[in-house]
Amino acid sequence: MNSPVTEKIFVKGNEAVAMAALEAGCRCYFGYPITPQSDIPEYLSRELPKTGGEFLQAESEIGAINMLLGASAAGVRAMTSSSGPGISLKQEGISYMAGSELPGVIVDIMRQGPGLGGIDASQADYFQATRGGGHGGYRIIVLAPNSVQEMYDLTMLAFDLSDLYRIPAMVLADSVIGQMKESIVANARPEVVLPEKGWAVRGRGEGTEQNVVKSLKLGDGEMEKFHWMMHDRYQLLADKENRWEEYQTDDAELIVTAFGSTSRISKTAVTMAREAGMKVGLMRPVTLFPFPKPAYAALSERCKLFLTIELSTGQMVDDVRLSVARDAEVAFYGRPPGAGSLPTPEELFEQIAHRYRARPAVAEVTL
Amino acid sequence: MKQVFTRPESLKDVPTHFCPGCNHGTVHRLVGEAIDDLGLRSETIGVASVGCSVFLYGYFDIDVIEAPHGRAPAVATGAKRARPDRIVFTYQGDGDLAAIGMSEIIHSANRGEDITVIFVNNTTYGMTGGQMAPTTLPGQKTSTSPYGRDVSKDGAPFKMAELLAGLDGVAFSARVSLDSPKNVLMAKKLIKTAFQYQVEKKGFSFIEALSSCPTNWGMSPLAANQRVTDEMVPYFPLGTYKNRADL
Ligand SMILES: Cc1ncc(C[n+]2csc(CCOP(=O)(O)OP(=O)(O)O)c2C)c(N)n1
Ligand code: SF4
Ligand SMILES: [Mg+2]
Repeated sequence: MNSPVTEKIFVKGNEAVAMAALEAGCRCYFGYPITPQSDIPEYLSRELPKTGGEFLQAESEIGAINMLLGASAAGVRAMTSSSGPGISLKQEGISYMAGSELPGVIVDIMRQGPGLGGIDASQADYFQATRGGGHGGYRIIVLAPNSVQEMYDLTMLAFDLSDLYRIPAMVLADSVIGQMKESIVANARPEVVLPEKGWAVRGRGEGTEQNVVKSLKLGDGEMEKFHWMMHDRYQLLADKENRWEEYQTDDAELIVTAFGSTSRISKTAVTMAREAGMKVGLMRPVTLFPFPKPAYAALSERCKLFLTIELSTGQMVDDVRLSVARDAEVAFYGRPPGAGSLPTPEELFEQIAHRYRARPAVAEVTL
Repeated sequence: MKQVFTRPESLKDVPTHFCPGCNHGTVHRLVGEAIDDLGLRSETIGVASVGCSVFLYGYFDIDVIEAPHGRAPAVATGAKRARPDRIVFTYQGDGDLAAIGMSEIIHSANRGEDITVIFVNNTTYGMTGGQMAPTTLPGQKTSTSPYGRDVSKDGAPFKMAELLAGLDGVAFSARVSLDSPKNVLMAKKLIKTAFQYQVEKKGFSFIEALSSCPTNWGMSPLAANQRVTDEMVPYFPLGTYKNRADL
């Protein structure tokens, strides 16, 4: 652990992820090249060996996720990163990790799809990330940075939460956040009390119990018990780890909600709306799983109009609708992934303005 | 009185689920003996694959990771890179290693990972009910090759011990069989050598064990054993194909 760093440095989002991994004590990185995340393996291939860590370019994303599984099972902090097509290949391994209660960090710098798609920004892998992505019914922790600073901070957090809850954690960004450069403070690793990894395979030693890391559960009632246990753990995660950011929501009569790169553009549009005299705010979920439902519920007690903005035809909007009060309206504006599909602040301002003007008058409370 | 035969310490005192005449039990025993002989029990990590040997953790009294189907060499790579001072081995069937896991095995071998791979070749997918495997012999009938394996359509069986021997990263590659006391003794010696190479950090070591699967071959244990001798050994010749000590 380094001495506190306060000096600003100017780096790319992907580099910030790699730097945070080093600071978090990541000992092993396994990856396979794919745009737009290759700066992460490139950085770590250079820097990780200097700290005594292992960098390995795997033969495929399937290889990489299973190496992550092996290193995590052996009790060390480990990471992999990829994008769309590669993340799809990793799903088998992520499912096994979830079934084996293994920590591990997976970075997804989203690109367009389906299929080979394209390399521009997309948020269309929201469902894949937040619904588990592989077979069997499980969830993983999903964190959505919207700045280079957060790429750094949330990568660090992903390691801690993953170790704390023994659930794989994903940092979900897109090519805009991954590729842009901003100045950040490379904070020192926070002091977090983490449980011992007594379950890890290390060679059983003398006089200690055998450790087995497995997802096979054939005992009578064993699998059902596991699912309910994980269900409770997800609930605990939701109770304790929800994170979000609100901007000018106090008196808002319309709340824009977006994550990652679109939240940045939305914020500019919200500021424009304020300047035009409209009471508009922004709600940005930072954790996508757990989704900050109580925060949405609280906002919808006083604001009855939401506008979800995504780089897809609408995925997170489902979670927003499930979270807000029944009498709140949730509108949607999406730009499905495609070259040049990034909306401008003016375009979002227009979307905000016409919905704001058409909003139903707030009913007088009469008894 | 001197005790000359006992259960290896690395194996638990439990009955196995293997069918009568199945060689998985024999290979388990030989691996257990090698680990005992080299004094590695407390520092060994086993990686189980998906197949009839999936319950490795139930029979070996060592730490075990269960890998997805075919991915054991990648899982072992991760574990070994994380803990280079430990002994890591995988135990895989022919469907697991030579079909779905071909990429993982070739690349781990080529990188010269310091791991030992125990490959049990019984020319079929035992666990799923005897379907055609990448090592199923030409003409062999299985539940998915009812007319016999047609080499013109399905390709010829992979000879993994020879194939891997051709890679620079491989320090040791041998094929053994369990069809006679003499061959069992040879298998015991070579399995121990494979682990010894890992102890000495010489690189990747590989053992292919020709094994019987009486159940899915539809044979008695004795007839199945005879088939190993008469049909498998001629196609998959026994011997050491690579030995870095020779180089
Ligand atoms: C991804 C995936 N595909 C298929 C299966 C089903 N499956 C389980 S074991 C097995 C084959 C096992 O054959 P082999 O590796 O030869 O081992 P054996 O049982 O013969 O020892 C298959 C196909 C699976 N578990 N996972
Ligand atoms: S099905 Fe075949 S490989 Fe599996 S335990 Fe029975 S004999 Fe052994
Ligand atoms: Mg088999």
